[in-house]
Amino acid sequence: MKTENQKAWFFVLPVLILVAFNALVPLMTVVNYSVQETFGNNQFFWEGLGWFEQILRSERFHASLGRQFFFTFMILIIEVPLGIAIALAMPRRGFWVPVCLVLMALPMLIPWNVVGSMWNIFTLPRIGLLGYFLNDVLGIHYDMTQQPVAAWITIIVMDVWHWTSLVVLLCYAGLVSIPDAYYQAAKIDGASNWKVFRYIQLPKMKTVLTIAILLRFMDSFNIYTEPFVLTGGGPGNSTTLLSIDLVKIALGQFDLGPAAAMSLIYFAITLFVSWLFYTLMTKDDQE
Amino acid sequence: MAKITLSKLRHSYVPDPQPDDYALKEIDHVWDDGGAYALLGPSGCGKSTLLNIISGLLQPSEGRILFDETDVTDLPPAKRNIAQVFQFPVIYDTMSVYDNLAFPLRNRGRPEDVVKARVTAIAEMLEVTSMLKTRAAHLTPDNKQKISMGRGLVREDVNVVMFDEPLTVIDPHLKWKLRSKLKELHQRVRATMIYVTHDQTEALTFADQVVVMDLGVIVQIGTPVDLFERPAHTFVGHFIGSPGMNVLPAELRDGGAFFVGRPVPLEGRIVKTGTLAQIGVRPEYVSLADQGLEAVVTKVADLGRHILVETRAGDTKVAAIIQGDAPAKGETVHLDFRRDQTRLYLDGWLATEAETRE
Amino acid sequence: MRPRYLIPFFYILFLMLPIYWLVAMSFKTTNEILGGFSLFPQRFTLENYREIFTNPTWYWGYINSIIYVSLNTVISVAVALPAAYAFSRYRFLGDKHLFFWLLTNRMAPAAVFALPFFQLYSAIGLFDTHIAVALAHCLFNIPLAVWILEGFMSGVPKELDETAYVDGYSFPRFFTSIFLPTIKAGVGVAAFFCFMFSWVELLLAKTLTAVEAKPIAATMTRTASSAGYELGLLAAAGTLTIIPGAIVIYFVRNYIAKGFALGRV
Repeated sequence: MKTENQKAWFFVLPVLILVAFNALVPLMTVVNYSVQETFGNNQFFWEGLGWFEQILRSERFHASLGRQFFFTFMILIIEVPLGIAIALAMPRRGFWVPVCLVLMALPMLIPWNVVGSMWNIFTLPRIGLLGYFLNDVLGIHYDMTQQPVAAWITIIVMDVWHWTSLVVLLCYAGLVSIPDAYYQAAKIDGASNWKVFRYIQLPKMKTVLTIAILLRFMDSFNIYTEPFVLTGGGPGNSTTLLSIDLVKIALGQFDLGPAAAMSLIYFAITLFVSWLFYTLMTKDDQE
Repeated sequence: MAKITLSKLRHSYVPDPQPDDYALKEIDHVWDDGGAYALLGPSGCGKSTLLNIISGLLQPSEGRILFDETDVTDLPPAKRNIAQVFQFPVIYDTMSVYDNLAFPLRNRGRPEDVVKARVTAIAEMLEVTSMLKTRAAHLTPDNKQKISMGRGLVREDVNVVMFDEPLTVIDPHLKWKLRSKLKELHQRVRATMIYVTHDQTEALTFADQVVVMDLGVIVQIGTPVDLFERPAHTFVGHFIGSPGMNVLPAELRDGGAFFVGRPVPLEGRIVKTGTLAQIGVRPEYVSLADQGLEAVVTKVADLGRHILVETRAGDTKVAAIIQGDAPAKGETVHLDFRRDQTRLYLDGWLATEAETRE
Repeated sequence: MRPRYLIPFFYILFLMLPIYWLVAMSFKTTNEILGGFSLFPQRFTLENYREIFTNPTWYWGYINSIIYVSLNTVISVAVALPAAYAFSRYRFLGDKHLFFWLLTNRMAPAAVFALPFFQLYSAIGLFDTHIAVALAHCLFNIPLAVWILEGFMSGVPKELDETAYVDGYSFPRFFTSIFLPTIKAGVGVAAFFCFMFSWVELLLAKTLTAVEAKPIAATMTRTASSAGYELGLLAAAGTLTIIPGAIVIYFVRNYIAKGFALGRV
């Protein structure tokens, strides 16, 4: 049992100061901008909730938000089952385990813009390995800069390449923590492979899977650098995800008010959906 | 229910084993139908290996296993109709207690009304009827272990129920409750039960027959009284009893045994030959006398009803359990071994024969 | 080999292909790259690497990155340790809310904070310094470090603390000489994740630096756009960014899987 001790606040204080400094000051700045209008000469006028209304009604916002949700949905629906499947198929002990883990974790340790550049080089028609293989060997016309579908497939495959390992590592951690006795008992009880998965492996992976889905949701919903480097949001606006659009508005057009309002809406959506996921996935434990 | 025959069973965890690589060295044994057995031995003695071979989780390197007259050596666990309860309670967290108990039956496609009847009956026996609707994850460890046992007993046709140190994680004050529950269950269902443990109290209270293992071999099979009174091997003498049997280095000469240069009268004549000679006598049968073997008292412990005296005779430690007045530490005393409880062991194995009383 | 091992085998193959291509490209001359497709470098060259190791703009990029990443790792773990201890051992006013609030910062899109960060750090005169990037990355690394460490610490029985106090240890001595060694795996894992997320992040790092503290990743984007198709050079720089991560991951290989499993939701 934990003991009640208000002095514990002193232990938390450094963290609190550092995070608050980084989180609250910028957040207040954003809130401040979001309710004002500026013409770039350091003069600000009160706008009220005007920017929020404008953003929420704007078709452009709806379109990028739609693309963002579509992207995140595809990421979750591919990476989570794939990650579980790979984790299940991996050896549980022996020489190959650390080898697999190190190789799998490697993509996660590459700077995000390098990931973008790497996939750019990889998919270039004629020059890139994949681009050459598709265009010149298989004869499939593939050019990300021209075809929205190709661009979409590429950013999704890139993210699968980049982040599926996170799901694998987490699920694997959950799997190796299951004592052998569970598998033996299931064998003796005559359980099929499916039942072993459904009643032993899946419940034991639940905690880590919740973390995996939450992290994958947050990170894929906030993704910016990799698709920006790879497609720049194009061709046209076809792969302009929410954060790419936001940066375009804020830094490209320097429309601080709308950008700030959009940031807050964005943040609110992320928080809300994360909360929703969390509540749904931990609901069973509360009863 | 079935009789289980183990025939020339050997097992090694490494391929191409040398004689020393065997975790199990040649086991021949028959477990009678409906018996309550305990498999006792220190960790690493091969008892869990043997258990896993009987349940089918392991394939033995050599030898056969028969259930009644059927050879099951190559059958997987699910086909052998056995049940096993593990050291840590294995329950299906997401299911209710009812579904947990029903799981082995449903997997075998039994109709729901049969399932219901069996689960209700077992729940009654285990006194868990009131918990049937709760999620198994919310139970206390002892109740979880009860459910694991229940899953083992729920199939009416199990050949054998095996328990692999099932009380390890149970609170001490609940241990005896579960143990007596088990004993009671055995009397009600009359299934063959094998109980693996390294705890002599658990083994001796549960079983009709105790099988003692060490270093991959069965060293003795017998009732709890046999094991205590006539250990067939110095290991058994040492392992069972608290403190264990005194095992004293002996010298064989003129057909008799000598300890620290003095002849020691044995229970009967020596019927075997061997090189390493040892005398075995339990502390309970060592007493203080006016004359005889000289020893120096090194430690005295009052255990309440009796006194444990540790002495040193020559270079050898000899323990005695006595009644009455305790000698002082450092005092020189004389020890007397009760003759009919003093035996000779050659290379570890019992080498004397009790004289038949007439 | 069991058939199911084919799944991780092909997955790893898929992971390695783009990396192989990057590495192969870094050993090719620009002419060979633009001249057409070749699976292996035909005229193996180290020219791209020589350029990086002799040009200060390039190699300072690496040094800058390593400085702020190390700074951030040290700061994050150092402040997260006492906080995680407090969360794992004590109940105090608002503890649950605080914990959750910390985690929400992990959800803030970096794009949201880029501009205000620039203004904040300019205002306090830290713009274009290593410490600015190190502090900014604390936003998402401290919550993560607290989270991971809290998981590890909760696995240590409280009796350890009590025994130490009974034995007359002062709190600081107990913490450094008994508690820290017990959870050193956790510290390793937390440091690994801080290193990783600070190393791979670019948006904030780029926003907060200009010349003096510019990270390697930012150097790459600029070179790529200004000098056009210097793909070989870009590939060599990219290859070099993989190495620090690979080294770090090698050291924690036995703990990666465990690190996350012990965190709590």
